[in-house]
Amino acid sequence: MKTDSAIFQEILDVQKIRKDFPILDSKVNGRPLVYFDNAATSQKPWHVIKAIEHYYTDLNSNVHRGVHHLSQQATDAFEASRKKLADFINAKHDREVIFTKGTTESINLVAHSYGKQFVQPGDTIIISALEHHSNIVPWQLLCEDRKAVLKVIPINEKGELLLNDFKSMLDEKVKLVAVSYVSNSLGTINPVREIIALSHLHNIPVLLDAAQAIQHIPIDVQELDVDFLAFSGHKMYGPTGIGILYGKEKWLNQMPPYQGGGEMIKTVSFEKTTFNELPFKFEAGTPNIEAAICLGAAVDYINETGMENIQQYEHELLEYANEKLAEVEGIKFIGTADNKASLVSFIIDELHPYDVGLILDQLGIAVRTGHHCTQPLMDFYCIPGTVRASFAFYNTKEEIDTLTDGVKKAVSMLGN
Amino acid sequence: MSINEIQDELIEEFSLFGNWMEKYEHIIQMAKELPIIEEQYKQDENLIKGCQAKVWLRADFKEGKISFTADSDAIITKGLVGMVVRVLSDHTPAEIMHAELYFVDAVGLKEHLSMTRSNGLLSMIKQMKMYALALQSGANVN
Repeated sequence: MKTDSAIFQEILDVQKIRKDFPILDSKVNGRPLVYFDNAATSQKPWHVIKAIEHYYTDLNSNVHRGVHHLSQQATDAFEASRKKLADFINAKHDREVIFTKGTTESINLVAHSYGKQFVQPGDTIIISALEHHSNIVPWQLLCEDRKAVLKVIPINEKGELLLNDFKSMLDEKVKLVAVSYVSNSLGTINPVREIIALSHLHNIPVLLDAAQAIQHIPIDVQELDVDFLAFSGHKMYGPTGIGILYGKEKWLNQMPPYQGGGEMIKTVSFEKTTFNELPFKFEAGTPNIEAAICLGAAVDYINETGMENIQQYEHELLEYANEKLAEVEGIKFIGTADNKASLVSFIIDELHPYDVGLILDQLGIAVRTGHHCTQPLMDFYCIPGTVRASFAFYNTKEEIDTLTDGVKKAVSMLGN
Repeated sequence: MSINEIQDELIEEFSLFGNWMEKYEHIIQMAKELPIIEEQYKQDENLIKGCQAKVWLRADFKEGKISFTADSDAIITKGLVGMVVRVLSDHTPAEIMHAELYFVDAVGLKEHLSMTRSNGLLSMIKQMKMYALALQSGANVN
């Protein structure tokens, strides 16, 4: 059993880390907050909070257009952050890293711009049965618009993709494969290396929705050889309203702009507009400068903590949670893949997840209940939703004990 | 009893509880006592879809008064629904339309009416008032 606190201590000094996140000191309903809704959004360390203050106190100015000192400083900080993000995922060029509003916008950008250029009537887009609505609906809209066909990689009862089925779906009609790296509802870590390799055998590019992976797994886009990678800042301890689309230069250069406006143009006349180069071609209008810069601060914080340490510690938390929650009578884990990120999704006998969530809230425990924006996946399991507890590296095994006691309390109150 | 008398009665009931657990246990108890909507009426047309919990509501109009039956797949929601049904049922359309449901706040359950709770309760109250409005203006809801 690897749940001894001494082992935890070796990987990360969690008590020290918790001091970096001021909100973790809060009380909810008179009890210490236990924050297990990290897959929805993560909490922010002082490094990020102070960076936001610093930006508005010392740097605020528009980027890329002023000759004055402040504008230059803001631009430098903005571009330095882009470089940090590029290094974080080991992109070959900074210009392959585009600032967006978040994962959803990143995926919509590709659906729109790649779709316009490369998808013809009768073509196919492949997604998986595990996807969040944000990696389903943009492709449905595209397929409707282009008269293309959306196909779905099926899963087994454990919540793992069926790779043999995927293989048989690949042919010359397939123009893009868009799958999640980690399932937000189940925590399944998908075999993305195999998916990319198989797709590339047919020269099909792959988009990875990394919204639930970027904060848990070290990602190297060159090593993965992935064509597009989408993720959000707020799930990786950074601000909301900022996200990244990584795209290989060869694809981004061939794609038309997503939105028109300032910043993304080279020359404008009423007859003809020429577009700016990468990455600005895809960054129309004034960006979320503050959030982009402060996402860089979040990356610094993660780097200081060490992605491998985070991954190892969170894995310990997951194992501990699986073991502890199994004590609860009538619990059924939804999503039992062999390879999982640090979240548990469960239901208990006939209890409605919503009721369980309300009781846990009274106990100061924040979990997510419901379908987690993956309705087709809930339909697969024939359930209205689950209770989801998702862990970050500032969580502790003592908090998992509190959760387990809370769930037991909910069972005793709600059961007959 | 008038709508407000029932509300006051509920407020008094809840004033006996010292902590949240007793309060919730009482809500769960009320869920078990709710006049259940007959299975044949648990159809989509009577479904008020919240984001997470489903609520079914049926209205009957007899001798100038509306009576409600309801159900939910989540038991706490069902208890809350039961409270609203207890307050509004067996009143005239005009009384229901003009009812101000102050008891929810007074018993400390206001958060259940917030948008983020997505439990369909708010939609249910709207729907009850819609029934009342429709009946008031002479339309037949059944």
